[in-house]
Amino acid sequence: MSKVDKKSIVKKTCEIVSQEQLTTDVYSVWIQTEGIGKVAKPGQFVSLFSKSGSKLLPRPISICEVDVLNDRLRLVYRRIGYGTREYSQMQQGDRIEVMGPLGNGFPDKDKKALLIGGGVGIPPLVELAKQLDCEMNVVVGYRDELFLVEDLKKYADVYIATEDGSEGTKGNVLDAIKANGIEAEVIFACGPTPMLRAIKDYAKEHNIECYLSLEERMACGIGACLGCVCKSKEVDYHTNVHNKRICKDGPVFESSEVEI
Amino acid sequence: MNTKVNLAGITLHNPVMTASGTFGSGEEYSEFVDLNRLGAVVTKGVANIPWEGNPTPRIAETESGMLNAIGLQNPGIEVFCKRDIPFLRKYDTKIIVNVCGKTTGDYCTVVERLANEDVDMLEINISCPNVKEGGIAFGQNPKAVEAITKEVKKRARQPIIMKLSPNVTDITEMARAAEAGGADVLSLINTLTGMKIDIHKRAFALANKTGGLSGPAIKPIAVRMVYQAAKAVKLPIVGMGGIASWEDAVEFLMAGATAVSIGTANFYNPHATIDVVNGIEKFMKLNQIKDIHEIIGMV
Repeated sequence: MSKVDKKSIVKKTCEIVSQEQLTTDVYSVWIQTEGIGKVAKPGQFVSLFSKSGSKLLPRPISICEVDVLNDRLRLVYRRIGYGTREYSQMQQGDRIEVMGPLGNGFPDKDKKALLIGGGVGIPPLVELAKQLDCEMNVVVGYRDELFLVEDLKKYADVYIATEDGSEGTKGNVLDAIKANGIEAEVIFACGPTPMLRAIKDYAKEHNIECYLSLEERMACGIGACLGCVCKSKEVDYHTNVHNKRICKDGPVFESSEVEI
Repeated sequence: MNTKVNLAGITLHNPVMTASGTFGSGEEYSEFVDLNRLGAVVTKGVANIPWEGNPTPRIAETESGMLNAIGLQNPGIEVFCKRDIPFLRKYDTKIIVNVCGKTTGDYCTVVERLANEDVDMLEINISCPNVKEGGIAFGQNPKAVEAITKEVKKRARQPIIMKLSPNVTDITEMARAAEAGGADVLSLINTLTGMKIDIHKRAFALANKTGGLSGPAIKPIAVRMVYQAAKAVKLPIVGMGGIASWEDAVEFLMAGATAVSIGTANFYNPHATIDVVNGIEKFMKLNQIKDIHEIIGMV
């Protein structure tokens, strides 16, 4: 527990700078934070709280972009249930409780990188692509409607896979990787668990270093409640069992560390 | 103004504690909370050996509450003694270790291991609804409550708190059984067994199917049970169940609790414990209450 770690997580009421709808159910919001935007790293997340007194638990939302200079965060999320519906209705000037930055984030690597995202696993790749200073490719998979493609194209070549074949390779992200003969020395991936499982196997098969960002239902978001664990290969340093805390020790794990 | 309360000879500088399982061993929350200001930290349950806990999802939100089915994941008593006790000892607060087990022998092993450790009290968890063996199995039968209380009491060097389950027909029966077994203090309530079904996935929201309901949704049940238990036994009572504000805490004190624990509220307000400490002090000042005992059990 170093001095720097103390006070690193803050919970503050923050102001909405702007919000726009990207697809039928995906939204992009910029939030004026009080400190989080100055220190947040790609792959970290924040907890957003509901104004409703009966919806107690915060929603963990990944950070899409960081504006260090202005202490702002961009979050891109899908409207799924009560909480995200409430967030999707927020407008400039509205206020929301935000806690963060939470989790570890992606490690910095200086080798040929492949960034893979599926659905709402795509947003954290934007800040990662912006900050990585190496040769890289991005492969993103969608059900149908695209989002964040232009944002990613600013930093790398972007390959698309869609389930319905309406854009790019018809199929999943691995189909797009194979179709385009994309090679890599390190993989960073975020998306649904079946996708991550396939990428973990692909990376092992091709002997590629691989980092996966996992998700799970959370309560505290800071490592105390043990609600959001994943199975680990080795006995974990903290839990002393084969469980790692996704909110605190993740959400990003080296793929061979975790059983998914 | 006196906010000090006494539990079985242990003096707490105020009646505000943490509810087991919601606060780890304090380290994570020490970023938000000055642990020196808490009456006591009650740790997450610890067993004789490490427990892996239940599969995920372990958490589900419900109206004004939540369900959890962690399954008492814990690092085991050895790591706990080596790491968590020294951490908490750095603070001017009381350490209450929550003890869990599958069998009476498991509980006794942990209690004996803690005999020479620098901790203030033990809380015996006979009320967890999320494990197949132990936990609630001991807490729903008065004979079993009395028997395990006796066994633990025989071996304990520190005062023991028996943590009771609300999943019973008559809480006073369990309270009396624990008193008969030699308990020093009672704490209640643990979570209520509940279930949530995700209609879109057509499946249980929790991998364990059932979980323990906590949060403001259960508070009126908890206040009622604390009141009933306080009338039924002579032991001091630690009241908990949905406390999120100082007003809630005062309600429990008035119902007869000597101390209170903050649980689920920590998850959505990491400062909840300190907010309650400050709120109680302000309330006492405003109402010229010189001693917190003036309001304990006043209704």
